[in-house]
Amino acid sequence: MDKTISEKIISEHAGRDVFAGDIAVVDVDVVMAQDGTGPLAVSQLKKMGFDKVRNPSKSIFFIDHAAPSPRKELSNSHIVLRQYAENCGMVLSNVGEGVCHQILVEDFAAPGEIVIGADSHTCTSGALGAFATGMGSTDIAVGFALAKTWLMVPQTIKVNFNNNPLKGVYAKDLIIYLIGKITAEGATYKALEFSGSFIKNMTIDDRFTISNMAVEAGAKAGIFASDEITEKFLESQGRGKQYKEISADKNANYEQIIDINCSEIEPMISMPHTVDNVCPISQMEKVKVDQVLIGTCTNGRLSDLKIASDILKGKKVNKNTRLIIVPASKKVYIEAIKEGIIQTLVESGAAIQSPGCGPCVGVHQGILGDGEVCLSTQNRNFKGRMGNPDSFIYLSSPATAAYSAIKGYIADVREIL
Amino acid sequence: MIKQDDSIKKILRGKSFKFGDDISTDLIAPGRYFHLRSNLSELAKHVLEDADEEFAGKVNNGDFIVAGRNFGLGSSREHAPTIIKLAGVGAVLAKSFARIFFRNSINIGLPVLVCDTDKIDKDDELEIDLSKGIIKDLTKNIELKFKALPDVMIKLLNDGGLVEHITKNKGFNL
Ligand code: SF4
Repeated sequence: MDKTISEKIISEHAGRDVFAGDIAVVDVDVVMAQDGTGPLAVSQLKKMGFDKVRNPSKSIFFIDHAAPSPRKELSNSHIVLRQYAENCGMVLSNVGEGVCHQILVEDFAAPGEIVIGADSHTCTSGALGAFATGMGSTDIAVGFALAKTWLMVPQTIKVNFNNNPLKGVYAKDLIIYLIGKITAEGATYKALEFSGSFIKNMTIDDRFTISNMAVEAGAKAGIFASDEITEKFLESQGRGKQYKEISADKNANYEQIIDINCSEIEPMISMPHTVDNVCPISQMEKVKVDQVLIGTCTNGRLSDLKIASDILKGKKVNKNTRLIIVPASKKVYIEAIKEGIIQTLVESGAAIQSPGCGPCVGVHQGILGDGEVCLSTQNRNFKGRMGNPDSFIYLSSPATAAYSAIKGYIADVREIL
Repeated sequence: MIKQDDSIKKILRGKSFKFGDDISTDLIAPGRYFHLRSNLSELAKHVLEDADEEFAGKVNNGDFIVAGRNFGLGSSREHAPTIIKLAGVGAVLAKSFARIFFRNSINIGLPVLVCDTDKIDKDDELEIDLSKGIIKDLTKNIELKFKALPDVMIKLLNDGGLVEHITKNKGFNL
């Protein structure tokens, strides 16, 4: 019987043919936790009596959510992770190296693999053709110990992105549009498989953005078939050997097929306090912004920073707005320095922070004041997400964010393109 | 339905605390208390603070959270179901749950039940029979059914959670 990409990957890791609805214990290739979820994984490992992990070179702790640490309690949690990693020979990604999902795609995840992580946006690696999904600390502790987990094979919704989008419309706008259409629980327990005629023109960065936000529709995974674009990316990371072709079979069974005509979509905004509360830019009222954030695992990559710097070149950030930029990883940061992007951004008035999650999750480095509004390129705008339940978060593409930083309110970037 | 077992109480009784749709893990365990994740009993004092400031102070052992759609959406933080359990909540009832939250809850032994929560009001007295799959609203004198859990999850719950399952079986035995 023909298989979806999820069914293929899970079958291969279960050692037998499985299909949507089946439950299987599978081998996993990459396992990770970050500094918010890792310490609990360590205590669960200890509870189970494990002082070793099965596959140390593919078991990673990322120190990215509170990095550098803003307070001693978190510094102490970091010590726990560093010590456990050291004792077990695990990989430790330290302060300044970047956001877990970016480093996973740069250095670890590969097509056809199963990647599990104690972070909901682990689905990002689906862009490389991996079955990548987020879980809690206890599941991940077991994953570290045994290099196994159990999975229910998800049904798959196929999403066809057809036709090229118009100027000013980016991958971020497409995924926000999709989430608005199917809602925040439209894909719960299911996998999204992305396809359609626009796919071959999508950059790998675009794909990361789209897979990253699959979980905002409730999805368990957000997967692209692998192709030359995937292969080129892996080669650029010195991992060309890990390339493998993976795609769905012709007559695979889909729960639903959604066709989206990208050429009909305009820049999109998610409004407070849910991601699926979407509004096309032309219908937005004038919303003043106090803070703009460009970065995170959704949109902190080189192409995102480049788009922002092209818009901000020779211009100044509005005097009533502050602009925070956080490169997603050290590699991205170095490239952005080499290309002069960082200088342009700093000259325009941006505050640059070291690679990591930055203010995304409300721990530090850009917590909003009462009543303040932030326009962010991140993936979530839940009440209180950025550290203050009395503030308001809007989500957009980096282009919309950069242009809005100049204007001081949420603005339509197509005005200058 | 959950099979009879010693590790979880079969009959639960308590009062209903109502919440709406889309209660995110950011509302349950806010990021601004990130530093309390290593101190769960302290973090539990802030459980659901951004959805209902008074909840943590009012909830009694065995009470229930009764919510709308997509409860627990967002981050994978297991601290969210953990502090709900630590606060004494006997079970969470909702019209639907986000995937990771649901899985985490089972892993740590917090019953999560899918049912038509519109029928239950704030402060209603409830009695839940986990093995029979029945929720009695004693205030309204009505009975509701909740959706059966997948077999693997029943197995995990019966073992007392994932840690206990793995310890007992020296690996997966699902
Ligand atoms: S950047 Fe934001 S969404 Fe991404 S992993 Fe960090 S906290 Fe989570």
